[in-house]
Amino acid sequence: MSRELLYGWGLTAPGNCEVQTVFDEAQVVDRMNKAPHTIARGLGRSYGDPAQVSGGVVLNNRGLGDIGRISDEGVVTVGAGASIHELLQLSTPLGWFVPVTPGTRQVTIGGAIAADVHGKNHHVDGSFSDHVLSMRLVTPTGAHTISPTVKPELFWATVGAMGLTGVITEATIQMIPITTDSVFVDTNRYANLEAVMTAMFEGDVNYRYSVAWVDCMTKGKNMGRAILTRGDHVEADQIEKPTLIGPQPPKLNVPFMPPSGLLNRATVRLFNEAWFRVAPQHREQEKQSLSTFFHPLDGVSNWNRMYGKRGFLQYQFAVSDAHSDTVVNVIKRLSESGVASFLAVLKRFGEGNASPLSFPIAGWTLALDLPIGSPRLPKVLDELDDMVLAAGGRLYFAKDSRLSPEKAQLMYPRLDEFRKIKNRIDPEHKLTSDLARRLRLVGE
Amino acid sequence: MENAFGQPQNVVVFGGSSDIARAITRKLCAARTSNVVLAGRNQKALNVASDEAKDYGATTVSTVLFDAEEPENAAKTVDAAFAAAGEPIDLVVIAVGLLGNQTEDENDAVASLRMATVNYTWPVTALAQLRKLMVAQGHGRIVLISSVAAVRVRRSLYNYGAAKAGLDSFAIGFAQGLEGTGVKIQILRPGVVRTKMTTGLKEAPFTTGPNEVAGYVMRGIANDSAIIWSPPILRYVFFVLRQLPTVLWRAVMDRQ
Repeated sequence: MSRELLYGWGLTAPGNCEVQTVFDEAQVVDRMNKAPHTIARGLGRSYGDPAQVSGGVVLNNRGLGDIGRISDEGVVTVGAGASIHELLQLSTPLGWFVPVTPGTRQVTIGGAIAADVHGKNHHVDGSFSDHVLSMRLVTPTGAHTISPTVKPELFWATVGAMGLTGVITEATIQMIPITTDSVFVDTNRYANLEAVMTAMFEGDVNYRYSVAWVDCMTKGKNMGRAILTRGDHVEADQIEKPTLIGPQPPKLNVPFMPPSGLLNRATVRLFNEAWFRVAPQHREQEKQSLSTFFHPLDGVSNWNRMYGKRGFLQYQFAVSDAHSDTVVNVIKRLSESGVASFLAVLKRFGEGNASPLSFPIAGWTLALDLPIGSPRLPKVLDELDDMVLAAGGRLYFAKDSRLSPEKAQLMYPRLDEFRKIKNRIDPEHKLTSDLARRLRLVGE
Repeated sequence: MENAFGQPQNVVVFGGSSDIARAITRKLCAARTSNVVLAGRNQKALNVASDEAKDYGATTVSTVLFDAEEPENAAKTVDAAFAAAGEPIDLVVIAVGLLGNQTEDENDAVASLRMATVNYTWPVTALAQLRKLMVAQGHGRIVLISSVAAVRVRRSLYNYGAAKAGLDSFAIGFAQGLEGTGVKIQILRPGVVRTKMTTGLKEAPFTTGPNEVAGYVMRGIANDSAIIWSPPILRYVFFVLRQLPTVLWRAVMDRQ
């Protein structure tokens, strides 16, 4: 039990909270009863403020880390505080992989459900919660075992709700079988945005995994030049000497905070240029490890410190195919504004699920990292919000650190439906977070 | 809550009808601020400032009356302002001050007491109460208006300068005591600003208007600057002025 200053991954807007690690359901119930305001926290990989509640009690779920036996059908019950990294270390040698993984393995299972994370396979497999068979949820009015068939309303209200319906203590997940620890990757370079979007629109269905890296700093005819990587798991009979080795802990670390401004327009432009040049024009069937393909940044601990004391943010939005032009217009606006932006990640989304607050909607999603510091940035992003809103799109709560409450309401038209369920299971609004307060997702 | 750019939603302003405070409030409301509490001594002036805040985008504005000559009520005033907001406060602006008239005040015990009370005792008392409430909140930011006059006291403004110097020094220790709490204080040191308060004062070099000051405050908040100089060049000007021998300092600052 201690008072700590908690930040999101972007290292902005901290809150001082009392942190209590919970080890079993009874402790969660007890601490939730005693706390005036509380929210669960996992590994703190959300960029903004969803896993902190200033002046309140943060329940660290890392004490709930048990990983059960994986059944012959690939079904496993996992404590909400276990990370995808820990799960994969155990499951990979047995031939099981997580059905969905975000760009980092350093997220907890509870966090993955709360943010309803997606991966490179959303266009085929949906988001993380689509593979959750059931879970245990502690709310201020009682604990529930919930699934898409048992109390489905509460199950779907919990998915993507950033912890605001309760503390998830464990989940039962359907894993997917693998016979090697490798992926065959096809890489293609495209000179502009239109070319890569066409290739993804037409060809992504042929791959289980697909993602493009887009340069948001080049202007003119090379605007939005991109590298598209797509792949599938390698089967044991496709290669000699197949192996099944779990992921390794990070080898590098950023041990201290360099001054802010190290990542500026000039250095980022240089990085983007190098990244683009190094990528092959066209390469097929390159064998990559699961870690290299899915979690390239997990090799470096604390890489968020590279942005310095001022921190950074990630802007991620989704729009439908009917509004593909919004992706083009956003990148155009960014490249014209001259704000520094690392290679952005462009992906196709399949259909969303039944959750009122889950982020994915069928179409496109674009995510980009931006350092805090440019005085133009707040205004530029407010403009992008309007463009996304006009296209019926939305921003991702797990990434947001600056949206306004009015626009959050418009982007998530089912918020009121969520609030009804929330009011039923948490009438005193005990479960809240700095994100919930900032976006007025629930009342105080 | 404050967002990643340091833009607050719920704001309390003490001395809310002052020109600098109004300029700051306008800029805040044009960004993310929706809930404002304006505290001051004149209801009419507060109403004007309050309408202005609404014009710039605030949805809820409340007012609280107080007198900075009554420091024994400062804690109550702070409590009343926080209660009026009804939500955790992201930013408190303290724009309380009295310039006085040096040549008249220096032979007047009551006036000298008033100068010390308004410029030092009231703010310090309020800060103690703010510290208690905001540390419990676990987050928040205070912008305290000091002055370049606090950097080195001068003959022609020593009642004001000395009180601001005391307040400024107090705030430096106060800031250090807040480390790790999630609460921050930022000291604003403006040069001469064209306002109601400085009417009649000689226009010094680097004099600005309230809107420019507010602009530097916005930038200072975004950058988490411990001390916000307005205009920023005064940081270097006063670095030099502070080193001058007294004879030279007086020749520069007190020439009539």
